[in-house]
Amino acid sequence: MDNSKKKLSLGQKQSLAGWAFLTPAVLFIAVMSFLPMIQALFLSFQSGKGANLSWTGVTNYVRMFQDPVFMQALKNNFIYLIIQVPIMLILALILASLLNNKDLRFKGLFRTAIFLPCATSLVSYAVIFRSLFAVDGLINIVLIKLGFLSTGYNFLGHPNSARIVIILALIWRWTGYNMVFYLSGLQNIEYSIYESAKIDGASPIQSFWGITVPLLKPTILLTAIMSTNGTLQLFDESVNLTYGGPSNATITMSHYIYNVSFKYVPNFGYAAAMSYLILFLVAVLAFLQMKVGDKRD
Amino acid sequence: MTKGKKFLAYSFLTVVSLLSVFPLYWMMVAATNKSVAVSRGTLMFGTELLNNTKKLFASQNVYAALGNSFKYSIVMTLISLFICSIAGYGFEIFHDKAKDRVMSIILLAMMVPFAAIMIPLYQMFSKANLLNSTLGFILPSISTPFLIMMFRQSARSFPVDIMEAARLDGLNEFQIFCRMFIPTMRSTYAAAMTITFMNAWNSYLWPKVIMSDANSITMPMMVANLKSGYVTDYGTLMLAVLLCTIPTVIVFFLLQKSFAEGITGAVK
Repeated sequence: MDNSKKKLSLGQKQSLAGWAFLTPAVLFIAVMSFLPMIQALFLSFQSGKGANLSWTGVTNYVRMFQDPVFMQALKNNFIYLIIQVPIMLILALILASLLNNKDLRFKGLFRTAIFLPCATSLVSYAVIFRSLFAVDGLINIVLIKLGFLSTGYNFLGHPNSARIVIILALIWRWTGYNMVFYLSGLQNIEYSIYESAKIDGASPIQSFWGITVPLLKPTILLTAIMSTNGTLQLFDESVNLTYGGPSNATITMSHYIYNVSFKYVPNFGYAAAMSYLILFLVAVLAFLQMKVGDKRD
Repeated sequence: MTKGKKFLAYSFLTVVSLLSVFPLYWMMVAATNKSVAVSRGTLMFGTELLNNTKKLFASQNVYAALGNSFKYSIVMTLISLFICSIAGYGFEIFHDKAKDRVMSIILLAMMVPFAAIMIPLYQMFSKANLLNSTLGFILPSISTPFLIMMFRQSARSFPVDIMEAARLDGLNEFQIFCRMFIPTMRSTYAAAMTITFMNAWNSYLWPKVIMSDANSITMPMMVANLKSGYVTDYGTLMLAVLLCTIPTVIVFFLLQKSFAEGITGAVK
């Protein structure tokens, strides 16, 4: 009797210790993420300049779908998402499965080199790519020397080429990052599976689709959700690589929201409404990806 | 693998590796050359490093930006690692239904886009007089669901026997965490440290919002300010980019091995 009472209090004591351990982190997330989220929701139904806000109902939500710049930004985010994320993830998968091959040497060297871009800051690599693709930049010099161009092409001055530069930069910066996740995931797969598949006559491409992809599915899902989330929130690249230009042709949603909040005459209510669309898109896409991820079993 | 296939694999890996390293190599080359030489397409290291350094330090408050970036990132990393690791430990070791439910709510915060909370946070911080301060820099991302989840995963492999033995020795729960868990989970801490330091050092949007004072700016902000001038001096610009990149590269190389191990633990 006495003994069980003591045990119960020990368990309670431990449970309390657990709550004490997790409370600071939970409080910070509540105050720094959830509370502002709710405040932003209220803001999104108000409009006005600076601090003079008045309730306007859903006006902001209607307005953003008639705002050509925001529609362009939305389109741009989706262009980056649809083109860049699949290319990057497939490339990362191929690199990871090559580096998982026991027959190859210098794997550490390759892995380090391919991961290195992740150590550069977003602003830095945006500036590097901006300089490389400038009219007098190295890419143009090489293209002229090779005879493809007679004068420097203004890559960042044309909408489509500017978008391609952003996509190339994103692939350069993030492929190694995703590759590390896949390499870690591959370590949990018994290498003997590959060897027995080989004995059964499977080609490397067959074992890639038949073994690697299905067994890595949870990791692929994780990276897909992370990249989707990241792409929908692109900011630094748009600000520092293309300045959103030429004339807002490459601007992203986060960049435009920043401009509406802090660069132009501030309209916090309208900015909050646009940011809720990002939240909505992130949530819907994450949900869809999880559904699709479940189905393929 | 046949010889031909091996050759293909090596060629592919070599090309990708070169493409990955080249922009960084070019950055170093440009930092040691005159702007004119860079525009002419030089790929050789030059002798202008000292002059570029003089020009950069004369035109920008590099000391302040470097100092601030180090201060903000180190403070952020230390506090964040402690708060998130103890939370992850608490969620896993003492888990019950209520705590699991709290965890799943917390994970929702991962989906919150920063643009959405940026304005209320800005208003909150300007009222609390936290603009242009270290505290203002670190508070919004001091506790992240990603780190908590990472430590929660790694706490799963923390042996129960050690805890029981430590309790018999009279250690309380907090002491067990500090003296048993932290030393055992060194590789997870290294991975978390790399990620947190890099994120803090590289963050740009939030400091751009709250650091309006020239003495509070960070390295990425300084680089961004440099490039918005009318004439681009590639030499000094790339030197600034180089200075902004060196710290994170050093952290990455120092912790690379444990980083890979820590991620492996977290993905499992």
